Amino acid sequence: MKWIKTIFSSDYGMLGVLVMLCLFFSWITLEEQQPEGVDAAEVLAFSINQSFDLPGRVLIAGRKTDSGEAFTNRLDELLRQRGWEVTGVVQGGPPELGNGLRSSFDQNESLDLLACEKTFVKLAVLQNFQKAEVKMAEVLVMAPESSFWPNFLKASNLLNVANQIAVIAILAIGMTLIVITAGIDLSVGSLIAVSAVLATWVIREWFGGDEATVAGMIAGCGFAILICSALGLFSGSMVAYFGVPPFVATLGMMMVGSGLAYMLSGGLSIYQLPQTFDWLGRGDDLGGIPNAVVLMIVLYLLAHTLMSRTTIGRYIYAVGGNPEAARLSGVPVKKILLGVYASCGALAGLGGVIMASQFKSGDPKYGLMYELYVIAAVVVGGTSLSGGRGKVFGTLIGAFIIAVIQNGMNLTGVQSYTQKVVLGVVLLAAVLLDMLKKRGWKLSL
Amino acid sequence: MSAENQYLLELKGIEKRFPGVHALQSVDFELRSGECVALLGENGAGKSTLIKVMGGAHQADSGLLLVQGVLQSWDKPADSLDAGVAIIYQEFNLVPGLTAAENVFLGIEPSDFAWVRKSEEMQKVRDVFNRIGAEINPDALCDSLTVAEKQLVEIAKALVRDAQILVMDEPSAALTKKEVEQLYRLIDDLKLRGIGVVYVSHRLEEIERVADRAIVMRDGARVGELGREELDRSRIIEMMVGRKLENEFPKEVRTPGEVRLRARNLNRGQKVRNVSLEVKAGEILALTGLVGAGRTETVRLLFGADRADTGEVELDGRILELGSPSDAIEAGICLLTEDRKDQGLVLGQSIKENFGLPNLKKFSRKGWMNDSLEGQSFGEYIRKLQIKVSGQSQLASQLSGGNQQKVVLAKWLERNAEILIFDEPTRGIDVGAKFEIYQWMNQLAKAGKGIIMISSELPEVLGMSDRILVMKEGQLMGELVNGPDVTQEVLMGLAIGGHTACL
Repeated sequence: MKWIKTIFSSDYGMLGVLVMLCLFFSWITLEEQQPEGVDAAEVLAFSINQSFDLPGRVLIAGRKTDSGEAFTNRLDELLRQRGWEVTGVVQGGPPELGNGLRSSFDQNESLDLLACEKTFVKLAVLQNFQKAEVKMAEVLVMAPESSFWPNFLKASNLLNVANQIAVIAILAIGMTLIVITAGIDLSVGSLIAVSAVLATWVIREWFGGDEATVAGMIAGCGFAILICSALGLFSGSMVAYFGVPPFVATLGMMMVGSGLAYMLSGGLSIYQLPQTFDWLGRGDDLGGIPNAVVLMIVLYLLAHTLMSRTTIGRYIYAVGGNPEAARLSGVPVKKILLGVYASCGALAGLGGVIMASQFKSGDPKYGLMYELYVIAAVVVGGTSLSGGRGKVFGTLIGAFIIAVIQNGMNLTGVQSYTQKVVLGVVLLAAVLLDMLKKRGWKLSL
Repeated sequence: MSAENQYLLELKGIEKRFPGVHALQSVDFELRSGECVALLGENGAGKSTLIKVMGGAHQADSGLLLVQGVLQSWDKPADSLDAGVAIIYQEFNLVPGLTAAENVFLGIEPSDFAWVRKSEEMQKVRDVFNRIGAEINPDALCDSLTVAEKQLVEIAKALVRDAQILVMDEPSAALTKKEVEQLYRLIDDLKLRGIGVVYVSHRLEEIERVADRAIVMRDGARVGELGREELDRSRIIEMMVGRKLENEFPKEVRTPGEVRLRARNLNRGQKVRNVSLEVKAGEILALTGLVGAGRTETVRLLFGADRADTGEVELDGRILELGSPSDAIEAGICLLTEDRKDQGLVLGQSIKENFGLPNLKKFSRKGWMNDSLEGQSFGEYIRKLQIKVSGQSQLASQLSGGNQQKVVLAKWLERNAEILIFDEPTRGIDVGAKFEIYQWMNQLAKAGKGIIMISSELPEVLGMSDRILVMKEGQLMGELVNGPDVTQEVLMGLAIGGHTACL
């Protein structure tokens, strides 16, 4: 029991949970993996090198698909480099393979190797050749070997997880700051809608819709983010200057925002956007990592630095821990609150822009219920709702816990209704852990 | 065992350990019927732990607990109440949204199947209020009651539950002099009814007045017992701190210099009315009066914590624009609040972060924190002020009152303020730390700073200050230069005296 306590007591205790979840989903999604395309060619070339001391004559066969073509091209290139004589390259199914083999044998020279994709190995045409053709006996048939690897841990799936959670994780940065000041922001979900609709509307109305320039798109998105920041600032001023409870102030803003988004868009999607508008949401310029994920990581690094290395970070913690003591120590409590709510609004605006870019349209239905996932990420990440304590990276871990659970359940075919139940239980467990931590691991009061 | 010798409450060899602390070391305690025993000790001596054991909030690791000779084992506070032991903590256990009567009967309402018999409840509440001389409207919401009234409700709560033993933790801490007198009379009355009272307090003069016996604790152990006739201030202090204190107040002879801080005609609602004052360089100015006389409210105006309706504040001849505490801090005024827990410290943060809070400009460049510089500087103060901590990252909430006050002092010393305002600087602080705080005040005065000290403890006022202002109902009642002819009686006379003596 002691080690469990030690893990959960640390600031990033939830990291252990995340690791355990990843291990769990890796284990249950472990499956035989068939390499495809270029990967398959490389795997096969490697095993050919292992089996043959000297290069010989080879026939290459692949399906007539994109990945089959990639396979044959790459393998052709690799084997030629190593001195193999390629007698022919076959693209297609059994008939093409038969023709290829026949023409190789017709040249009246020996064939050492048939290098093909896995699907060819069991073909009847091969077995026929083996029975009918003497020369076939000398031919070694090789296909890329399959391996065992969890579906969950495939690079493409992991990037997918990161991409899916990017919007929520970015919003959760702002929410973390607010929760550390002992507040909450319910309006982030509808600010997503405001921002997505506003950005696309501005691009359509002011910058020429699908003929908008890059500058026009940046201006439209920037304007949307600015307006969301202003709406956040307004909630913040209600809290800071009039002492309206954050729950109420942002509940109002949530309704206002949602209504504004519907009013502006007339309840319809805005899709008159240039082709390149999806750069932020779907592009991956940095080594295959989605741009939104790169942006998320950068923002987390910035926020972590802000909270741990700057005076502003200190002030935010102090305001949440004891606003009166902070004020009497000369902390500009009101300015801090305004700043925190405004940045949360701006981040929600950014989230809306990313979503608009992902779907290449702006729709007032975006971001519905997102505030709940965002708050869940913050809470699961160990930030205390009573304020004064919490870590930005804890929130990132919280967001990933939610994303990993969702993704893992998708991979294992769990129904979406069941997924909600599981997520709810996880949230409750996280809050329970937080309470236990505070009480020094005692169950009773 | 004869009835006469049987103790009402008896604790034998109570042991309690917390992680890293041996909080109670084989403590014995006994209380007879109709007796008031004072429980004394510095902060951290183990008094609170001991009364929590008496109240079932903590369970002793070993040792015996007997009520009227019967061995008890309690798992929760309700068990001790059933056995007749009621604890009245400093923080009352009252529901603010319920009425006084509802609070008194909370959990034991006279009822038929969840239907409360209101008139019976009312009658009983009136009876018990009469018995303890409480003039409280049973229908008043607890929220609206004064501290003294809330305390009476707590006592009434204990009495309707037939408590035979009443444990009071610092009952006088937030009471006015008059209310404290009433409390004494009530305790005398309860004693006559055979109830045993355990009285925990820091105020030694109260002990002399109210207690029949005193049990003194130090470092988790019982170090001695003093009978009624031995209850003598210096003896008690000696036992509490374990050494002889030569002089409680290290007053020095000073000659104040020029006026540094000057306030003219400050007004804020009814709380502060037309207050003018000045503080000279190298002077300790005491501001005294009854609790609620407007002293704290006055200094909050000087500090910019509240805005004055009218009036101006001038420092070294320059008129200050005080919109917020940060303006005052910028100008060189600082306030050590009376309430360290709610106003002085961010309890959930480390002491280093608390120390740094008003000094972040010094420890940062363009908004970037320089943690090592901050740590270094705080390290020096830990040494200089002899703050007892386990490390710089210790949470402020884990420190004793005295050490908390030293952390607050450190943060303002680092700020190098010109005017330091101490609001009840030694409240809730043990004797040893008190003396050190006094010495620091002297040193600061010597360095030419202006010091304002709010205090209700008249010996402290007379022992430390150069000049004394007395307030009553938001107004200054008089100004006295401290000297041999200024006595507690003179000050008290002004504090409660006539309405006309307005300056």
